[in-house]
Amino acid sequence: MDIINLTVHELKEKLDKKELTAEEITKAYAQRIEEKEKDVQAFITTLIDNAVEKAKEIDDRKAKGETLSPYSGIPIGIKDNICTKGIKTTCASKMLANFIAPYDATVIEKLNQENLISLGKLNMDEFAMGSSTEYSYFKKTRNPWNLNTVPGGSSGGVAAAVAANLVPWALGSDTGGSIRQPASFCGVVGLKPTYGLVSRYGLVAFASSLDQIGPITKDVKDSAILLNMIAGHDEKDSTSVELEKKDYTKSLKNDVKGLKIGIPKEWYGEGLNEEVKEKLEQAIEKYKELGAIVEECSLDVANYALATYYIVACAEASSNLGRFDGIRYGYRAENYTNLKELFKNSRSEGFGDEVKRRIILGTYVLSSGYYDAYYKKAQQVRTLVKQKFDEAFEKYDVLLTPTSPTVAFEFGSKSNNPLEMYLADICTVSVNIAGLPGISIPCGVDSKGMPIGMQLIGNRFAEETILNAAYTYEQEAKFRENYRPEFKK
Amino acid sequence: MQVSKEELLHIANLASLKLKEEEIDNYLLNLQDILNFANIVSKAPVENLPEAIGANDKYNVFRKDEIQVFEDNELLISNAPEAERNMFKIPKVL
Repeated sequence: MDIINLTVHELKEKLDKKELTAEEITKAYAQRIEEKEKDVQAFITTLIDNAVEKAKEIDDRKAKGETLSPYSGIPIGIKDNICTKGIKTTCASKMLANFIAPYDATVIEKLNQENLISLGKLNMDEFAMGSSTEYSYFKKTRNPWNLNTVPGGSSGGVAAAVAANLVPWALGSDTGGSIRQPASFCGVVGLKPTYGLVSRYGLVAFASSLDQIGPITKDVKDSAILLNMIAGHDEKDSTSVELEKKDYTKSLKNDVKGLKIGIPKEWYGEGLNEEVKEKLEQAIEKYKELGAIVEECSLDVANYALATYYIVACAEASSNLGRFDGIRYGYRAENYTNLKELFKNSRSEGFGDEVKRRIILGTYVLSSGYYDAYYKKAQQVRTLVKQKFDEAFEKYDVLLTPTSPTVAFEFGSKSNNPLEMYLADICTVSVNIAGLPGISIPCGVDSKGMPIGMQLIGNRFAEETILNAAYTYEQEAKFRENYRPEFKK
Repeated sequence: MQVSKEELLHIANLASLKLKEEEIDNYLLNLQDILNFANIVSKAPVENLPEAIGANDKYNVFRKDEIQVFEDNELLISNAPEAERNMFKIPKVL
């Protein structure tokens, strides 16, 4: 049996029918990691031995007749900015290279309650700042579809691990596209939930008003299953919202008849790669065939939102990253003569270039004299972006856009030009600015065989709508059955 | 807006960052580039619009002020670059 190619819901069926054990599943992944990790470089920390032990334990408990939660014994991968008690959480930074979280993030507690088994912590751009995972302090993760291209970012290690079958599914985080864009580049499914649906407690903060944890999975059903596990109010995150508990898998109806889909025309203009555009147009046609009501609309906010994003995200980051001072945890410089110098040297040596760049930009836009011109204006634009989306959702259930204007790019092609890297996020950041849910699913490959992603955006807390829309398309398009990453060198 | 070298160094100092001499030109160039782009916000039609502080307009979430003891002191302290008798150690301040 080809265990590693199965989705999680397929694995669960096999577990239920006793055709597989947790140990067999975990060992299959251990072997896969052994074989392919050297090519992909997705992990910062692997927990193989520990995982196999846990799997045996779960099999034993089941054998003794204990009733465990339905997905007990399924392995998972975790982005390395989500705190895991007793296990390193590095944020892919020299600053936290040896940091061992003294507590679990709320999402990790939830996964532990489900008896999921962690295979390890996955690579990312340092402090989740980047769109290619090239800004990791530790290593460059490679895209399983073509090892000379980036996996996207910042959850590059996460998406690459899922695409390469190094983990069956994983948790990422998304501040401006960090789940959706790498999912798009790696041909997998990435869901950024509505701001407030999932607790951020224990997620190392980058930009607190934008950050959200979400699933990266092989298919849409797995995405809904993992969302079921992590969604919910948490008193430790005051921005998490109290909502009735939902079963998101029930929204997967394989039917989009009458669904109103808006196509914001400005997102299909200049800068959009022709092949990406072509595949999206085919997807739009597919939705029409399936009975959705598709209409072109105007939503001219992407450029404003991108500028706003970099102002707001950097401002919040400059404040959030103030905590790294070399005192309570994290890197401390060897040479200093007084306290101020200890702070300065530790921060200057512990943070990478991109992180420092964003701290400086954030400090600049918050400093007196520039606050009104940048930060205040950006917050007003944020209201504008929200209003424009609100107007769009009065007419449409879903907005369909590209996830990224291009497919995965080559290493080094943008990493020396920060602004160009930022412009790659044009399709995703608006969703965070407005706090909406967005999902990226693959909708084909280009002439070089690189995956192309389509983004479905929903109204706040309308995850069910976008999950069903994504699921219905997926059942028709059958991307996973037609395309597999080939580890091209 | 044009950013000067002095301004960059002032901002870096506010953020407790020290830039190496050879890095300064590059940071300056990048910052200028990004700010020129970010300037789009000044052209946005936002007159009379309120400022949004976040995605949800929810303010002041209260909970009871109850003491919760964090049990794992040891693990907490073990992350400190320097500690002594269960305390974080820093260089002499006074």
